[in-house]
Amino acid sequence: MKRAAIIIPAYNESENIRDVVSSIHEISCAYKLVPIVINDCSLDNTGEIIDELDCVSLQLSINLGIGGAVQTGYKYAFNNDFDFAIQFDGDGQHPAESIPNLIESCESGNDVVIGSRYISKEGFQSTYLRRLGINYFKILNKILIKLTITDNTSGFRLLNRKAISLVNDYYPDDYPEPEAIVLYAKSGLRVVEIPVLMKERTAGVSSISASDSVYYIIKVTLAILFTYFRTKNNNA
Amino acid sequence: MPRIQTIAIIVSLLFLGYVIKLILKGKLRVEYSIFWIVTTAVLSIFSFWRDGFEKIAEFVGVYEAPNLIFTIAIFAIFVYLIHLSKVVSKLHEQNKTLIQELTLLSEKIKNEKVDKSN
Repeated sequence: MKRAAIIIPAYNESENIRDVVSSIHEISCAYKLVPIVINDCSLDNTGEIIDELDCVSLQLSINLGIGGAVQTGYKYAFNNDFDFAIQFDGDGQHPAESIPNLIESCESGNDVVIGSRYISKEGFQSTYLRRLGINYFKILNKILIKLTITDNTSGFRLLNRKAISLVNDYYPDDYPEPEAIVLYAKSGLRVVEIPVLMKERTAGVSSISASDSVYYIIKVTLAILFTYFRTKNNNA
Repeated sequence: MPRIQTIAIIVSLLFLGYVIKLILKGKLRVEYSIFWIVTTAVLSIFSFWRDGFEKIAEFVGVYEAPNLIFTIAIFAIFVYLIHLSKVVSKLHEQNKTLIQELTLLSEKIKNEKVDKSN
């Protein structure tokens, strides 16, 4: 049976994390799904909660931020020979029911599968400001990698073995999602998007506040350009 | 000897003394100590040899010696700051990798303990 690591980065998610982990156990599919929760040095008792849950608990002793935390999960998946790694938010926004769809899409020949809320335009569509930013990244990434990705900031994505070994070596730090897509496409991986239905977060606060968004746009743009020029072209 | 020169000599010698103290106590890595020894040595030399800078300025074609001092000093500081940013970036990467390895290893140990007790 093929195994999929469900990588769940969690920072102060004590209110959501139980439900998120159990939502994964409720999914029945032909693959073994293993939740791997990375506690990014939370200030609340997320760490204690995940130690008791039915999941692999990875406790970071220093706060690394989303990129470093997610990469820890990918490294775990790489070291333990998982066939797939699926990044999944710890706040309950992502629909666990869509996990089998992501795996199916991967099995049909894709290396990276991104769950997008903007293909069918149903479910939680996020705030106006955030959609503006997402449209900007859509255009930027379309120019650079000639791929239309409608939801560049989506943290709901599947990586196959080939992609896992890539991020085992390098994964962006702070706001990794849009930049990682450029990395995958430039490294010659097949990246696709499939529609998913996202929910509004049930508790807790998002990692990006409005005041950070200008800095976010500038920093990610630079990071995308650096990655674009640094990554060797493997499109052949 | 003008008063400012006396002050300059005292300050640069104190600075040199402090750098040497740091090196002897092992608080500065050798590669950094080289930079600081050279810097303090240059400072000390020119606080004794006041005409030196005038002569160098004349030689390279700078009319006002203080301008030459500022140009050289600011440039040296910029280069050194970039170098430090590079060092910090590298440390940041290494630190991240270390924490990740530590996390993965402690999970492994925890797992083996559970396996043994079962």
